[in-house]
Amino acid sequence: MANSINRKIATTYFISGRKMTTVAIVGVLLGISIFIFMNSLSAGFDRQSSESFFKTTAHIRIYKDDVLSAPLQPENENSVLIVNPKVVPTKNTIENPNEILDLVRQNEDVVLAFPQVNTPVFYNNGESQIAGTTIGFPPMEGNQMYKIETFMVQGSIQNLELNRSGILIGSGIAERMNLNTGDNMNITSSKGVNLNLTVVGIFQTNNSKEDKTKSYVNVAVAQQLLREGNTYITDINVNVKDPNQAPDIAADLSKLTGYKAEDWIAANASYMAASRMRKIVITFISFTLLIVSCFGIYNILNMTVSQKINDIAILKAIGFNGKDVVRIFVYQALTIGMIGVALGVGFAMILVNILSHVYIGGDIGNFPIRFEPFVFLKGISIGFVITFLAGYVPARKAAKVDPVSIFRK
Amino acid sequence: MILEVKKIEKFFHDPVEFKVLNDISFGVKKGEFLTLVGKSGCGKSTLLYVLSTMDTDYKGELIIDGEHVSSYGQDKLAAIRNEKIGFIFQFHYLLADFTCLNNIMIPALKLGKLSKEEIEYKAMEKLRMLDMTDQALKPASKLSGGQQQRIAIARALINDPLIIMGDEPTGNLDSKNTQVVFEILQELAHEKGQTIIAVTHDNDFAKASDRTITMSDGRIV
Repeated sequence: MANSINRKIATTYFISGRKMTTVAIVGVLLGISIFIFMNSLSAGFDRQSSESFFKTTAHIRIYKDDVLSAPLQPENENSVLIVNPKVVPTKNTIENPNEILDLVRQNEDVVLAFPQVNTPVFYNNGESQIAGTTIGFPPMEGNQMYKIETFMVQGSIQNLELNRSGILIGSGIAERMNLNTGDNMNITSSKGVNLNLTVVGIFQTNNSKEDKTKSYVNVAVAQQLLREGNTYITDINVNVKDPNQAPDIAADLSKLTGYKAEDWIAANASYMAASRMRKIVITFISFTLLIVSCFGIYNILNMTVSQKINDIAILKAIGFNGKDVVRIFVYQALTIGMIGVALGVGFAMILVNILSHVYIGGDIGNFPIRFEPFVFLKGISIGFVITFLAGYVPARKAAKVDPVSIFRK
Repeated sequence: MILEVKKIEKFFHDPVEFKVLNDISFGVKKGEFLTLVGKSGCGKSTLLYVLSTMDTDYKGELIIDGEHVSSYGQDKLAAIRNEKIGFIFQFHYLLADFTCLNNIMIPALKLGKLSKEEIEYKAMEKLRMLDMTDQALKPASKLSGGQQQRIAIARALINDPLIIMGDEPTGNLDSKNTQVVFEILQELAHEKGQTIIAVTHDNDFAKASDRTITMSDGRIV
C-alpha cells in the first residue's frame, strides 16, 4: 500500500514531465541499441573468423615437433667447446598413432580426434602439372571437423568414404582440368608415386587459393603416395567441447602424449591479437555511449529533483521518509530505463536485421551479424544497472532535503 | 497532556551563534486550541517546527501522545507525522501535479490503514465539510489561494490526527476566508477533540483561541 502510493507519485511526475522524460528515454534508447548493435557486431566477427579458421584448422593439432640437439657439456671450465645446436634428424611421424589416439580420446573434453596425413602433390593435366596439397583423413570424422559438406558443390563426402580410391578436389582444380564427378584423374607425389583416382566430389570454399590447390583423400591413399605403411601418421587433429579452452587442453595433451600439441589460438596468434584489439575498441566505444546516455537520465532526474524540491518538503512533512523519496525517484528512473531499454532492444533488432541482409561477398557472404541472445541480455541488464545508478544518485540528494529549510524561505 | 515540551533550547549557527529558543517548557491538553504569537524573529515558527518533529536539531525533551520522540530517528518521526500530526502552511503547499482529491488522499494512502475506496469516501466527506466538493477533480494549481488553503486543511485532517499544526494558517487569506478557516479549526478542537497549535500574527485570531502563548527573544513571556 505504502509502496503503491510511491509508485503513483512517481508515475504522476513521469507524466507531468513528459517532455524531459522523452528526451531521457531517447537517450537510453540510443545508448542501449548502439551498445547491443556494436557488441552483436563484435560477436559476429568473432564467430565469422573462428568459423573460417575451423574450416581448415582443428582446435588442437598434435604433431612431432623438431628437436634441437643438446649442446655438449665442456669437461672443465678451461676447455672451450663450440657447437651449433642443430635439428636432430628424426622422422616427423607420430609413433604408435593408435595408442596415442586412444589416449587422446579418453580425455573428457575431447569430442573428436582423428589422424591426418598431409602431402604435397602434382595434379597431372596432360603436359602441365598443377602443384597442390592433398590431405588424407577419415572422411566422416574429417567432415565433422571441417564441415566440408557445407561447401560441396558436386558429389558428396559420403562418396569418399565409400570409394577408397576417390578424391575430393577444389573447384579451381576442377575448372582448370575440366573435371566432373565420376571422372578419373592422375596425381604424382613428391616420392614419385603415380596414382589414378576417381573424382567423387568438388568443393568450393570461396578462398581461391585453397580451391586451386587443395584436395582430400582417404588416409591410406596419402600413405601410399608417401610410400609409407598404415602406421605413418604426421598429425592428430583434435576438437574439444569449448574452443576457448583449447590452450589448457592442448597443454594437458602435450604432457599426456609427449608430442607437441598446438591450439588454434597459438597457431593464429597474430590474427587473435588483431581481433582482441578490435574487441577492445568496440567495447570502449559502446560503453562510452552507454555512459553518455546514463548522464542524460542523471541530468534529467537532477532537474526533476530541483524542480520538485517543494513537493519533496511537503511529502516529508506529511509523513514520507527518506527511503520513500528515494523510491519515488528511482521508480521514475527505472520507468525511463524500462521504456528506453525496451525501445532500444527493438531498435537494435531492426539494425541487426538490416545489416544481416547486406551482402559483402567473398567467403563471408552476408554481413556476419545475427541476433545474439547473450549480447541482448547483457545490454538489457547493463541498461537497468546504469539507469538505477543514474536515478539513485539524484534520489539520494532528494532524500536529504530538509523540509524546514524549504518552508522557512 | 497530548504534547509536552521540557527545557527546549535551540541555536542557529549561521552566520553567528545565536540562541533562538531558550528554556521553553509547556504542555498542551487534548482538544485545546492554542495560538503562538510574538514579533517577527521571536522564535515562534522555529518552535512550531521543533514541535512538528521536522526540526530535530534542538536540546530538551518533546513528548507527543506519551512518547518521548526527541531520541527517535527520521523514519520513526516521519511515521508519527503521518499518523498523528496534520499540517497547514501559510502558502498552502499543495502538490501541483495532482488533483485536489489526490492531494487530500496522499497522507492516508501513505498510512495505508484503509482501502483506496474508503479513503476516497473520507476525502470527499472532508471536502463536503469545507464546501469544496465541486473542485475535487481539478488540478491543485488551478485553484485560488483561499480554495487551496481549504484543500490543505482537508489534507491535514484526512488521517484524523491528534494534533493539527498551522504556520500562519490564515496568513494570506482575506477576512472572510480567515473567518471560515477559524471556525473550522475551532469546531475541530471543541467538537472532535483534536488539538490545534497555530502560529499567527493575527491578534483577533489569537484572542478567539483557547490559550495564547506569547514569545519574545526565544522565551515565553
